[in-house]
Amino acid sequence: MSVAAGVTGAVTLAVTRAEVIRRRTLGVFFLLVAAAIAVLFGLDVPGTTRADFVLNLASAQAISVPDLVVPVQTTAFLLAAVSAFLGAVQVVRGFGRWSNVVLALVIGLFIFSFLAWAARDTSLSLVGMLQGTVVRATPLTLGAFSGLLCERSGVINVAIEGQMLMGAFVAAMVTSATSSAALGMLAGMLAGGLIGLILAVFAIRYLVDQIIVGVVLDLFCLGLTGFLYDRLMVPFQATLNSAAVVRPLAIPLLSKIPILGPILFDQNVFVYLLLILLAAIQVALFQTRWGLRVRAVGEQPRAADTAGINVLRTRYINVLLGGLVAGLAGSFFTIGAVGQFTKNMTSGRGFISLAAMISGGWTPIGSFGASLVFGFADALQNFLSVLNVPISSYFLLMAPYIATILVVAGVVGRVRPPANDGKPYVKQ
Amino acid sequence: MSEPTSTQQTPRRGVSARDVIQRVIAPESTTWNTVLIVALAFFTALVLSAIFIVGSDPNVIQAPDLPTGLNVAWLDISGAYGGLLSGALGNPSTFLSKVGSGNAKTVASAFYPLSETLVAAAPLVFTGLSVALGFRAGLFNIGGEGQVIAGGLAAGFVGFSLHGLTGFVELPLALLAGFVAGAFWGFVPGLLKSRTGAHEVITTIMLNYVAIYLTYYFLSTKVFQRPGRSDPISKIVDSAASLPSLEGVNLRVHAGVILAVLVAIAVYFLLWRTTLGFEFRAVGANPDASRAAGIGVGRVVVLAMSLAGGLAGLAGANIILGVNYSVSPGFSSSLGFDGITVALLGRGNPAGVVAAALLFGGLRAGAVQMQAATSTPVDLVQVIEALVIMFVAAPTLVREIYHIRAQRGVGAPAVSTGWGS
Repeated sequence: MSVAAGVTGAVTLAVTRAEVIRRRTLGVFFLLVAAAIAVLFGLDVPGTTRADFVLNLASAQAISVPDLVVPVQTTAFLLAAVSAFLGAVQVVRGFGRWSNVVLALVIGLFIFSFLAWAARDTSLSLVGMLQGTVVRATPLTLGAFSGLLCERSGVINVAIEGQMLMGAFVAAMVTSATSSAALGMLAGMLAGGLIGLILAVFAIRYLVDQIIVGVVLDLFCLGLTGFLYDRLMVPFQATLNSAAVVRPLAIPLLSKIPILGPILFDQNVFVYLLLILLAAIQVALFQTRWGLRVRAVGEQPRAADTAGINVLRTRYINVLLGGLVAGLAGSFFTIGAVGQFTKNMTSGRGFISLAAMISGGWTPIGSFGASLVFGFADALQNFLSVLNVPISSYFLLMAPYIATILVVAGVVGRVRPPANDGKPYVKQ
Repeated sequence: MSEPTSTQQTPRRGVSARDVIQRVIAPESTTWNTVLIVALAFFTALVLSAIFIVGSDPNVIQAPDLPTGLNVAWLDISGAYGGLLSGALGNPSTFLSKVGSGNAKTVASAFYPLSETLVAAAPLVFTGLSVALGFRAGLFNIGGEGQVIAGGLAAGFVGFSLHGLTGFVELPLALLAGFVAGAFWGFVPGLLKSRTGAHEVITTIMLNYVAIYLTYYFLSTKVFQRPGRSDPISKIVDSAASLPSLEGVNLRVHAGVILAVLVAIAVYFLLWRTTLGFEFRAVGANPDASRAAGIGVGRVVVLAMSLAGGLAGLAGANIILGVNYSVSPGFSSSLGFDGITVALLGRGNPAGVVAAALLFGGLRAGAVQMQAATSTPVDLVQVIEALVIMFVAAPTLVREIYHIRAQRGVGAPAVSTGWGS
């Protein structure tokens, strides 16, 4: 929305007031979390109840450490006090640019006290759950990277879901046929890249509404992979749809670190690629000339063009890169997890990636953090049967989606898309 | 978010046949050019899909020589598309012999394919209208799925809870419940958008998942779960709350089809004959100018999203009260997303939506027949639909392929405005 020059002053003032309101809202949110922790997870629990967190994985190579046994009620009250303190500081003074970090911390406190409460009188493999969280978060994070690579250059990528499906399908097929996971991964990436290219041509050359092209491409990929699955994979199951799953690869030394080792360094190659991409994209976007140009194209294409940057080429390249990364994310579903393709196996995770990217404020590190929250909720499903949770598990499963709505609604934190995100550029 | 077409034109009174046809197919354009584009888009989509059919047939790839291969390929394509056509409309010769038989049930069975087409088209009309209404007000309602589920859950709940009343009471109540629940599922994103600027694409997608898990939750409660069953399925809707159907003669076609047409007419009147509709279209065309002209943009956004949600909710009610008669997970079967394709092909116009829904409904009904007869997977239809929409959305591409010269002012590309509100 354009703002006339004359009212810029008023707008600046309004933004400042909005900032204050947001700061207080966030503070009140922290206080509410504190109250929730104390009431939900502390009040009704007898003082002697303990929760046993297992910090070793039988399968892992890490040096073993003793279990973490915590008193449930004391933990809840302690963590509630910490949240309340953070909330009070936030209301009075605010954490400025650290707000989002503090927000992540408070959410972490809430989740930990929830786990302590849910694992009361029983034991829970905390490391197993966190390892599962990272595994579940991997495709989501990669999908979010795909989205932000595109959107930083000003093209909205809603086709992540479709690119993932194509990547999953092709990776499974190529790996099954050639018994080479590397080839499968490459082919999966190319399949995602191909859809990215179609998106780019329609969005950049034919100026079609990007969200619409994205959604239609999702439907196209869903239909095509479903069609080819029935046509090729079902009759030729053994040769075309039985890929070997990429095995976890323990990194020497690092995998021996207690707790952190099994969670991050005893995983398969997709997790390592994710960590490498996380660092690479973060640095490339914000520390290099390339990143500056990409962001300029996403924020002010006209100015970037005037400065001699080829806007359209930058966008083509970034959308293609995004497609490749989404294809990689898709490969994870088949050769990184179960080995076989099934219809609609991504079941909306591409859209969740999009939400993670937005919640993460269009940054790699933020996307990773938001994906971890979704991944945790996903991983939680597998542990619900061993936990003491009286409410319906379906409400727990809803929680991350509702949290995303709150984040997007700006109740917690502030996110701003690149200024020219989704707007086609026509050279004059 | 912008509309699929860029020019606005208020329909005039005093219409000629030509006007009517144009309004049905493409109300905003002034020539037959658009009709040509749609036809060519369809043709191109069918050609590309034929390549997928042939390319995925091992018998073609392993054919000993070229003529055999071509023959197999031709049988593949003609079998699939022939099955699609006869499944959607019926086979002319069997149709005539059945109609001529004189036996009521046999005569009715001649209309079985048409009945299936109508049954598949009815919910698509509702979700298509839902998305189209959103487009008109500058909103992209991608949450049809959640709204369909909410509407179906509510309609089902009312439907199996009521007993012993007449259909004149139970059915309207059940439909109303579906509308209201869907409207609520649209109201929330509308309110969030008007108050906080949260983009409806993200909030509605998130609400889709909330609705899915809500279905599982409800179906796990005693209120919904059918006694004696352990799988997630609800009690059966009371017959007085069901949409009347022709099941007496083994046809599934039901009164929801008539309701769909009536609602389409109502939406047309709302959009082009009422002040509120004018406000919707004004906000969709230019929110800044609308605000300057004194239209409450926030109110319009909330109302438009609620109405869009209600329309999608009716699709859910239509499925539960007219086809399934009970709620089970996945009953929405991507109707919300299909509504997007229907609205885009229908150019955001109620008559166009009805036409597009009939077309896609025919494809759906035909696909079932196609899979049964030739084992070509039904998913092919989704590929065809997506391709049609891609080409319709990029008329320039179609013109380039077929070397058609662009007409002045026709088919200007839709220009999106991104996440910003």
